[in-house]
Amino acid sequence: MASDIPRANLKPLSLYVPEPKFRPGDAVDFTEVAIPAAGSVRRPDIADPADSFIDLAYELVRVLDHENQAVGSWNPRLSPDTLRALLRSMALVRAFDERMFRAQRQGKTSFYMKCTGEEAVAVSAAFALDYEDMCFPSYRQQGLLIARGWSMVDMMNQIYSNRGDRLQGKQLPIMYSVKEAGFFSISGNLATQYPQAVGWAMASAAKGDTRIAATWCGEGSTAEGDFHSACTFASVYRAPVIFNVVNNQWAISSFSGFAGAESTTFAARAVGYGIAGLRVDGNDALAVYAATAWAAERARTNQGPTLIEHFTYRAEGHSTSDDPGQYRSEGEPTAWPLGDPIKRLKDHLIAIGEWDEERHAAQDKQLAEDVKAAQKEAEKNGILGHGLHQPLDSLFDGVFEEMPWHLREQQAQMIAEETASGRPWARKS
Amino acid sequence: MNMIQAINSAMEVVMARDPNVIVMGEDVGYFGGVFRATAGLQEKFGKTRVFDTPITECGIIGVAVGMGAYGLRPVPEIQFADYIYPALDQLVSEAARLRYRSDGEFTAPITVRSPFGGGIFGGQTHSQSPEGIFTHVSGIKTVIPSTPYDAKGLLIAAIEDNDPTLFFEPKRIYNGPFDGHWDRPSQNWSKHPAGEVPTGYYKIELGKANIVRAGDALTILAYGTMVHVCMAVVTDAGVDAEIIDLRTLVPLDIETIEASVKKTGRCMIVHEATRTGGFGAELSALVQERCFYHLEAPIERVTGFDTPYPHSLEWAYFPGPVRIGEALKKVMRD
Repeated sequence: MASDIPRANLKPLSLYVPEPKFRPGDAVDFTEVAIPAAGSVRRPDIADPADSFIDLAYELVRVLDHENQAVGSWNPRLSPDTLRALLRSMALVRAFDERMFRAQRQGKTSFYMKCTGEEAVAVSAAFALDYEDMCFPSYRQQGLLIARGWSMVDMMNQIYSNRGDRLQGKQLPIMYSVKEAGFFSISGNLATQYPQAVGWAMASAAKGDTRIAATWCGEGSTAEGDFHSACTFASVYRAPVIFNVVNNQWAISSFSGFAGAESTTFAARAVGYGIAGLRVDGNDALAVYAATAWAAERARTNQGPTLIEHFTYRAEGHSTSDDPGQYRSEGEPTAWPLGDPIKRLKDHLIAIGEWDEERHAAQDKQLAEDVKAAQKEAEKNGILGHGLHQPLDSLFDGVFEEMPWHLREQQAQMIAEETASGRPWARKS
Repeated sequence: MNMIQAINSAMEVVMARDPNVIVMGEDVGYFGGVFRATAGLQEKFGKTRVFDTPITECGIIGVAVGMGAYGLRPVPEIQFADYIYPALDQLVSEAARLRYRSDGEFTAPITVRSPFGGGIFGGQTHSQSPEGIFTHVSGIKTVIPSTPYDAKGLLIAAIEDNDPTLFFEPKRIYNGPFDGHWDRPSQNWSKHPAGEVPTGYYKIELGKANIVRAGDALTILAYGTMVHVCMAVVTDAGVDAEIIDLRTLVPLDIETIEASVKKTGRCMIVHEATRTGGFGAELSALVQERCFYHLEAPIERVTGFDTPYPHSLEWAYFPGPVRIGEALKKVMRD
């Protein structure tokens, strides 16, 4: 090519395309991942200006150390009861995921997404936020609903798009919407929830409310324009919002380098906007709790937004439609140097004499049974593809508040079509 | 009142009645908008209800959706309709579908105001008519006024409506009706009956068209600026046409259209937007489906060309009296 360029005495340019360190078949070595000691990162006062702790966007807040003790100024000093509740919720999320993953493999629904290895990100946040705060999640924060005690049967009804699905089968599985539990309707389009969370938070502030908003996206989604629009708005109006970036290293098959991870951290995105930025060990339930509580207090006292990068690892495939064995080393999930969040919290509780392996095994057994019982209950309302669960005419409900003539006409046409076909599709009326 | 004053009055009236109505957008606050449509509102209602925003249309609409989900009624302004594209995903995938996808748990009762259309030497980026993109989307309403009186009544109805609504303001007629003769001096709204706008509250129901001229020879379907151009052409040609100002494209007043075409037996559709896949195509299909046996001539479409809006050749692009007049002759001759 170079000789075709008129100014051929210049050295040709070259395009850099990032490449993950390990591909299938490669041995994994994560020693280059910088992991500061637990307790080593300072905790600023919530009233400190964001530009006085820029270093925290490049550090890694960690509470649980190698001896399974909670150390340092970020230690939230939770009671053993709270720690056990946290552990239980995280274990329940994992049991739920396993059951629903299997349900998808059994053909009971079209699609499922696990959050294995990332349970602390959503569960600890739910514990640190008020129940009334509004969450604008991405698709891997089922832990918010579980931790808020929302009905698993209701979640499963949605996954199965069955008769009990409050969304009437109008959304993909796991795209829950639970206003009552402060859980905003999930969109499949990435990062759209970011400016929406800011708008909700601004509205709350404008009305003199006390509730704040929190939102989550993956590290890959930080490349979306919505992410940057949201950061600008939040910074400008000091919106009481918490931005969570779940850096789980993989966006389907694209590693985090394609979202810019080789150049800087995701928490450092905050710096350019003048937003408080924190980078935390996302597999450390106590660090996630402490960071969220700190950010929530900042928001609730009009100190403005915080962006938290949760440094974690997606231990499973992106979804049931994905085979990570095709693009990453199979050794990665087990070699991840920050361990498993559930095991780490369990080991901490054991180390402080508040838990033991027997109780843990018994709890896991009980949770698996609870999930199984919920599944049985949900399946009474049907599973996807087996039978016609929603009344036929509900297909047109909710496009507008009131149905205009063209939808009424199309609805009538559809009903006539079904009547002629002789299929026994139920009607509302 | 001119149309800008009427739009300003609509927002003022609704904001005074409902503390949940807020106005936001680039330059809408202290300055009162580049077209002055929001002038004085910040002074009256305060900075937390009327405020300037960063220049990010995706952010403006995304934030408005979140505010709507909270329980407010945001009225975001997109300074020119040409700039609505960065916000397209928030409008199409989010605002338009939020009610459906959450089965009514969350809604986006937002009204996006935006000046649109050409005839002001705005070039490619200040002249477009993107209504057809949005009428193709399920879950969003599209409103286009043609007079100050309608603008106020329709805007109040749009803001009070619980669905997301696009309110496109034909900026060529902000100050007065325009007959399409670009080399003639324009009239002012103060000399037009529709410029008489009550200062108080009134609504014009969405989904109701307005027969601006009754006639028996031909039905002309138009909206926005084109209503006035069509009026001038019909008057010059001495044709007894019935001119229907659609006012809202979604929901569409099909009854009025159908009754009129069945009466006149001829139909001409006029819009400024590009032709292919435009809203005129939808209107043409509807009329054909419903009125075929009453038609005495093929349906005629008069539109902008399928090119970007040219700057210096804008009057060649604009569907003015010549193009509409020729089409009128054709549809009357057949």
